[in-house]
Amino acid sequence: MRSFTRHKGIAAPMDRANVDTDLIIPKQFLKSIRRTGFGPNLFDELRYLDKGEPGKDNSGRPLNKDFPLNDARYQGASVLLARENFGCGSSREHAPWALDEYGFRAIIAPSFADIFYNNCFKNGVLPIVLNEAIVEGLFVAMYEQEGYSLTVELDSQQVLTPEGEQHGFEIDHFRKHCLLNGFDEISLTLKESDNIKAYEDDRREAAPWLFTQLS
Amino acid sequence: MAGRTLYDKLWDAHLVCERDDGSSLLYIDRHIVHEVTSPQAFEGLRIAGRKPWRAASVLATPDHNVPTTSEQRASGVDGIEDQVAKIQVQTLDDNCDEYGITEFKINDDRQGIVHVIGPETGACLPGTTIVCGDSHTSTNGALGALSFGIGTSEVEHVLATQCLAVKKMKNLQVIVTGSLQVGITPKDVILAIIGVIGTAGGTGYAIEFAGSVFESMSMEGRLTVCNMAIEAGARAGMVAVDDITIDYVKGRPYAPADEHWGSAVEQWRDLKSDSDAVFDKVVELDGQDILPQVTWGTSPEMVLPVNGIIPDPQTKTGVERDGIIRALEYMGLKAGQAITDIAVDRIFIGSCTNSRIEDIRAAAAVVSGKTKSATVKEAIVVPGSGVVKLQAEAEGLDKIFIAAGFEWREPGCSMCLAMNADKLEPGEHCASTSNRNFEGRQGYGGRTHLVSPAMAAAAGIVGKFVNVNDL
Repeated sequence: MRSFTRHKGIAAPMDRANVDTDLIIPKQFLKSIRRTGFGPNLFDELRYLDKGEPGKDNSGRPLNKDFPLNDARYQGASVLLARENFGCGSSREHAPWALDEYGFRAIIAPSFADIFYNNCFKNGVLPIVLNEAIVEGLFVAMYEQEGYSLTVELDSQQVLTPEGEQHGFEIDHFRKHCLLNGFDEISLTLKESDNIKAYEDDRREAAPWLFTQLS
Repeated sequence: MAGRTLYDKLWDAHLVCERDDGSSLLYIDRHIVHEVTSPQAFEGLRIAGRKPWRAASVLATPDHNVPTTSEQRASGVDGIEDQVAKIQVQTLDDNCDEYGITEFKINDDRQGIVHVIGPETGACLPGTTIVCGDSHTSTNGALGALSFGIGTSEVEHVLATQCLAVKKMKNLQVIVTGSLQVGITPKDVILAIIGVIGTAGGTGYAIEFAGSVFESMSMEGRLTVCNMAIEAGARAGMVAVDDITIDYVKGRPYAPADEHWGSAVEQWRDLKSDSDAVFDKVVELDGQDILPQVTWGTSPEMVLPVNGIIPDPQTKTGVERDGIIRALEYMGLKAGQAITDIAVDRIFIGSCTNSRIEDIRAAAAVVSGKTKSATVKEAIVVPGSGVVKLQAEAEGLDKIFIAAGFEWREPGCSMCLAMNADKLEPGEHCASTSNRNFEGRQGYGGRTHLVSPAMAAAAGIVGKFVNVNDL
């Protein structure tokens, strides 16, 4: 997994609550058997004025000029500012894959849906929870100032604004540890193979019906 | 020591170890796999040179992409016209064959929606941990199990290690007291709960549904309720084990064999919260207050009783007001409009929420002897599995639907998320028994109203939403 230590980038808005994973990446793109190729279809239904399809050339599609990511001032953005319950709905990891491939390294919101939040960490994308008033303040500052950039420091757990403000955020120790070091979680878990086998032996004895071969 | 909740007990029973870094390894008993969220996980295994830890714990079936017309299904995987979707289903078959994983392939009589076949076959059992790369895995918690959806990286993690590195959730108890009015279904109950606590109300929690309404609810009803725990923000929903649970499990193909049945039941009897268990949050509703529910917006929390009036965004502020304005615009509805004034273009009866035999029976009872409204373009009934389909046909329910002008289809996820050919056209309103009314969910520009099977059937007869009790 790619590590995350410190990132500075232009902030862009996704200014609505309850952004679901269908909105982040519509289901027709989930038919792919690959992990890549989703970036051009991030927020497809908001970004373009026509319906996107897998394999379609996106370069000639009509853009929705009202959508912020199509605005020149947000080009190259890598920090997404969002509202509450971002990433609700389906467990599709295609959502963080699409955000990552588009170029977002961090997402800041007052709250995230659990599965999406978890999926971000598996892909080196950092979801940051800040309280609603702080997020509102960041939205206001971003709208006022073109090229508004935020700096995210994982080690010190801070979001730094151009005005010099520092906003601390909470993060689970294990997730931080994995992200800072870019650890492969499967390798970490397999270090516990002896524990897993011991647990499994006990379980097999206590509930043998769970270990029969399905046919 | 304070008593433990059902969730605490399931957690404790599956804890492999707690590591120095603060994470916990939880053992996974059952892993259900479908074609959409698994190909990259198998590919990851292959690249790393790993094998499944315990292939016998995995059960797979294709459901999201499968066509539901009998003509297309007759040709199996080759009947999938969409070549990209076809590759995905074929990839699942190939991966399962390669790793020795039991799969109900596209034309196996046992094929169906993952969250229907798990409980139906007994592959999902009380007291177990169950995961699947699908958020509606919360469904299986109805059996007194810890069951939740995971992303593809975690699918790979469970395949490789039989474990997940997770953090414990908090405990939320949702109590519905009293009894339900006549004609009120489990779908109405869970929609009403979401209307109260909101789509983020359960974020960070495992929900236990308790109280007299759930105690007297059938297992299929409990599956419907737990299915939509995720729509309340909770990864896991669950109901304590009782006689209803045990009677449901008995005799299922993968249920414990006779020689183990006694000890299994003995263990399962403890799968309930202790009387002195402490929940981090408790929400209580009175069952008597719940009316048939209909969603009007683009989030499941935008829900009203069928006699409701669509809210005026100007009575709200900020992000909430903007959300209502956007939802009304997308849905083509106006503040002050009555739910019963909404005309519907299509009816979808199916999905992992409402495609079990009791759902099919409830819808058939409403349409029996009646005819689909001429203003409804299409009404499709998609059973949740081959087993449900055969049972319904044995009861003659398919003929009731066909006589009423409804279509009787082959099992799959179908129009719940429209990954196959079953989808809405832009602007169409659909009375749907599924679980999500997000923008574009049932087709680009489609407008979804979530309802119970009886309410969807009634809308199909009248052409608009009506209180099914008035029909």
